[in-house]
Order: sequence, then C-alpha cells, then structure tokens
Amino acid sequence: MVVAAELRRLLLNANLDALIKALAEAGFKVVGPRIKEGAIVYDEIRTHRDLPVGWTDIQRPGSYRLQKRDDDAVFGFAVGPHSWKKYLHPPTLRLWSAERGGDGQVTVCAEDGEVPRLALLGVRACELAAIGIQDKVLTGGATIDPHYARRRSNLFIIAVNCMVAGGTCFCVSMNTGPEVRGGYDLALTELLDESGHAFLIESGSEAGTEILRRIPTEVARDQQINAAADVVAKTAEQMGRAMETAGIKDLLYANLEHERWDDVAKRCLGCTNCTMVCPTCFCTTVEDHLDLSGNRAERVRQWDSCFTLDFTHLHGGSIRTSLKSRYRQWMTHKLASWIDQFGSSGCVGCGRCITWCPVGIDITEEVAAIRASDPRSKSTSSA
Amino acid sequence: MVSSARLLSDPMTPRFLEVRRVIHETTDTVTLQLIDPHAHGFKPGQFNMLYLFGGGEVAISISGEPANASRLEHTIRAVGSVTKPLAAIRRGAMVGVRGPFGSAWPLEEAARRGSDLLLIAGGIGLAPLRPVIYEVHGNRSRYGRMSLLYGARNPADLLYAKEVVRWQCPPTDVRTIVDHGDLQWRGRIGVLTDLLSEVNFDPAKTIALMCGPEVMMRFAERELSRRGMAAENIFISLERNMKCAVGFCGHCMIGGSFICKDGPIFHYSDIAPFFGIREL
Repeated sequence: MVVAAELRRLLLNANLDALIKALAEAGFKVVGPRIKEGAIVYDEIRTHRDLPVGWTDIQRPGSYRLQKRDDDAVFGFAVGPHSWKKYLHPPTLRLWSAERGGDGQVTVCAEDGEVPRLALLGVRACELAAIGIQDKVLTGGATIDPHYARRRSNLFIIAVNCMVAGGTCFCVSMNTGPEVRGGYDLALTELLDESGHAFLIESGSEAGTEILRRIPTEVARDQQINAAADVVAKTAEQMGRAMETAGIKDLLYANLEHERWDDVAKRCLGCTNCTMVCPTCFCTTVEDHLDLSGNRAERVRQWDSCFTLDFTHLHGGSIRTSLKSRYRQWMTHKLASWIDQFGSSGCVGCGRCITWCPVGIDITEEVAAIRASDPRSKSTSSA
Repeated sequence: MVSSARLLSDPMTPRFLEVRRVIHETTDTVTLQLIDPHAHGFKPGQFNMLYLFGGGEVAISISGEPANASRLEHTIRAVGSVTKPLAAIRRGAMVGVRGPFGSAWPLEEAARRGSDLLLIAGGIGLAPLRPVIYEVHGNRSRYGRMSLLYGARNPADLLYAKEVVRWQCPPTDVRTIVDHGDLQWRGRIGVLTDLLSEVNFDPAKTIALMCGPEVMMRFAERELSRRGMAAENIFISLERNMKCAVGFCGHCMIGGSFICKDGPIFHYSDIAPFFGIREL
C-alpha cells in the first residue's frame, strides 16, 4: 500500500530543518520550544538551532532548572511554563472596538481579522489532550468562541512522543500520555543512540501527509519502529507520580467541607500561577477602555484566575473571600465539576501546576490526602 | 471542525439600543425602557448584558412584557461601579445590549400541567418575575391560580408600586410585607416566610418560583419543603459575577453549573447539593 508506506517514515536529524522550511513554505508560522529567561518556552522557530538542542529540565514541586544533557537530543525535556493555549486562547485579546458619532449613534467593529496560520512544533500527548479539552469548552457547546475557533481551524500540529518523564508529570494516571494518540498532523519520536540521530515521523492527516511528501525521508525499518515504541514505554515507566482518579467526582463533591482545604489554604499564596500555567484553565475577564475623547471604546479580554478575590465580586463583596474557598473551587472544578460540564477531567497530568507553585503544592498529594480521610470510606471500611 | 454558520454571530459583541424612557422606581432603582426594533423576543427569567459606553457591562434580568419585546425593560438598582452610572443614564442615550441569555421560568410546563404558581420575590428579585405576571395575565386561561408574595426592606423600596396594586385581582393573590414600616405603612411588617406560612396552596399542584437574597430563598425553601412541596417543583433564580454570559469566562460557576447558561433559573433539586455551602 503506497499510502501506508508514506504514513510512517524516518527523518534524519540533519533534515529537521527541511521540515521547518516546508512548513514555512506552506504558509505556516512555526512555533515551538526554545530557551528564554532560564526556561523552555514556546516561541517562533526559524531553524532547528532555535530548539533546545542538548538541554533538559529538572522539575520538582516549586522548582524548575535547566540542565545540559550529555547528548544532542532535541526534545529531551518535559514541558515548560508555557502551554499552547497562549496561541489559541490568547492571554490578552481585543474583542471589539466601538466609535460614537456626533449624533450619538455607535458603530461597533468586531475583531474578526486574519489570524496567523500556526504550525505547533513539539506538542506533547498531554498537551494534545489539553487542546482537545479546550476545544470542548470553547467550541463544543451551543455557543462558540469565534476567536478560539478561528485560531484552531488554522492549526498544523506536529506532536512529539515524550522521551523523558518530567519530575512532576503524571499523564499515565490521567490516561493522556506519554504516547500521542491522534489529533495531530505529524508525530515525531526521537531516536538517539550509537547508530545515529533521527525521528520516526508519522502522518495523522492529509495535511500531514502532504508536508511529509515534501521533505527528504527514508524508509522506517522495523528496528526503528520498535525502538520508537520503547521510547514511550520507557518514559511511562519513569513517571514518578500518579493521581488516583477512581470516583474522584463523588469524592470531591462529598468533601466540600473537608479540613484539608483549611490545611492547603495555609500554604497557598493565591498567586494564580497554577491557573496561568495550566493548559486547560480557560477563565477570562474583560476590561472596557475609553479614550480621552470619550468617543472611542474597546473591550479587551484577558486570562483571569479563580484565585483572585475579584473573581466572584458581586454587589456588596466577593462570594469566595477565603483562600480555602478559592483553592477548593479550582481543584473541584478541575477534577470534579469539569466532568459534569464537559464529560472529562480538566486535568491532563502535565504537572505544571506542581512545578510552578512557589510553595510546591502538589494537586496529586491534595487529592490523596482527601481520599485517605474520606469519611465515606471510613464508614464502609469499619462495616 | 467548526461550521461557518455557527461562527456568523459573535455572542461577545453588543448591539446598541436607544433609551426611550427612564422610570424612577425607588430612590436607588430605575427601569430603563429600550427600543429594540429587531427584537427576537425573550422568555421570562432570561437576562441581558447591559453595557455602558466605555464604562463596563453588567448582567440584568429582563423585567418587561414578553409579548412586547421591542420595548425592552430592565430594572436596575444602583449599587456598583456599572449600575450607578447606568441608573443615571438619560433618555435618548445609547446602551449596549447582548442577549437574551440563560434559562427561563418553567411556564410552558406550568401551563401544560395546569399548575398553580407561587411567586416568591425579595427586593429587586421581583424584576425577573414581572414578565411571569405579564405572561400569566395576558394568557389568563392557560394558567391556574397565581400568588405573589413580595417582601422588601422598607415601604419606599417596593418596586412597581402602582402595578402591584393592579395585579391584585382574583385569581391572582398578591401579598406584600416589609422589614421595617414607616408612618404611612398600613401593611404587614415581618419577613417573607411569615407570608408563606399563611398562604394557602396545594403542594401537589403548585410550582414555586423564587428570586431574592439567597438567605431569604433558603428559609423560603425550608418552609415550602415543610408544607410538603417537592424539590423538583421549586425553581430559583441565582446571581453571580458574569463577564461573558455564554459559559466561557468561568466567573458564575456554582458547583457543576454555569449560572449564565445552565441558569439563572434552576430546578432547586439540581442546585440543592451546593446551595447553602459557604463561599462556594
């Protein structure tokens, strides 16, 4: 079968630039991981030299450090503080502007111009799952967010199978990784040993096959295909963290007054970091601006966080005044009410909220603590 | 992935409507009458997002006649940074409107089942129930008996004072109560549950519709339940901070529900597990 042969090929590391060039020639702006300000973040990529070749990240609760690897791996790290949501659901976005004429009539101009066609290079399995979740939130209901939908429909996704598990990853227990399973145009698995440095490249869409045809690749041998399967198996084995998800919705709904919320509130700073780095957190607020003439107005939408006091402001004050109530809102939404709202967990197990929490609060540990002292299980175990 | 037809209308962009009349209801509350020539109608209980040019946006229930949707009415209490200037707006000014949004009171179900209606309103909570009264009075034969129990802090805070007197006409029973009377007040003084304990209704064929402060609704629900009304026949209207009104901004969540799209009108039985938990 001609098509099948093209679905899975071998891309030599020396030809990685050809892939980046082919995407640019197809009209895509390529964005991917690169080192900036001491972290691996997502930004524009022009050549493979922009990628964090030979670097890895050491992650622990409340800690993130870059470290040199002893090889030239291109994707030899986990995930950094950025997620792809900054491109699909921008942190700041003007929704519309309006002008008031001399007769008092108002003309509104919606923000519906062209958006760049992006190729996301290096999307991990957990991140694909996160994009799928945001698709559901922002385009899966009766009303569609046109701004998200426009950016999403233009997308080309190059996924990467993880070759290392980060220190805070728990995707295996969330059933989202480390192996990518669809939802991409192309998928890469990095193969790096004494015999050479290459990528098993697989196409998952017509657009992916189209790009694959334009770049120099070789036939993928069985040995290489097996080696690629070993990469994700090894990563899964390395994973040092897990979240027990069985019955988690009922567990959290039944424990809204659990004393653990008081405990975590003593540690939580309410800094909003966890919500900013989370690839599925979607909350926003709006700001209305007016220029000095008083006749030109605009509305800007920006990421917001359920950890701010202002978030639930209603006449007379806020609903969630305590940090306890705000942490509870975030965690029960992410892990429980998300299931009621969108049919899946809001957590993909990427570990960002653990790494980037300045005091190292670990969501898996908080769930385990509530589970360990769930009054419902006590009553059943004593029976 | 996304059909272009669904993309055509941007739910986040307001249309601008002219203020035709400003009715001063009480010292801090006005009703804005907007002209909406392209009105698509609304259902009693739904709300709009009202935007003051450059000055912010706020969720306000629609309080006018459903049968006359081109005359769009909103009753606004001046309590916040948006509602204060909005309540001070003049005739002829333009107001941005997005909507209508949200769920409606179960009037079709009430008509189908021939239910009696028990309306329980506290303060400005009467505003989203006023369209129910218009709808029932405009189609009297479709509905059973209707009782309105209305409580306010002071006699001067009673909304739609003249209309409330006109609504009192069998088979509609209207009772009002205030927390504190004044020299002219000859009516009841007390809390809303006082009225509830003395009104007659058949719990098996009555639907209760409540809107008011949450503490009032908690006590009212307790009394209704004590009188034998099932939780699925009790409907409440809830309020939270809202930015988008279509389920994207996350501000209005309570438990698993978004008040903007799953509410603001809820079956009490759906919200009961979360209602009454502090700071949820």
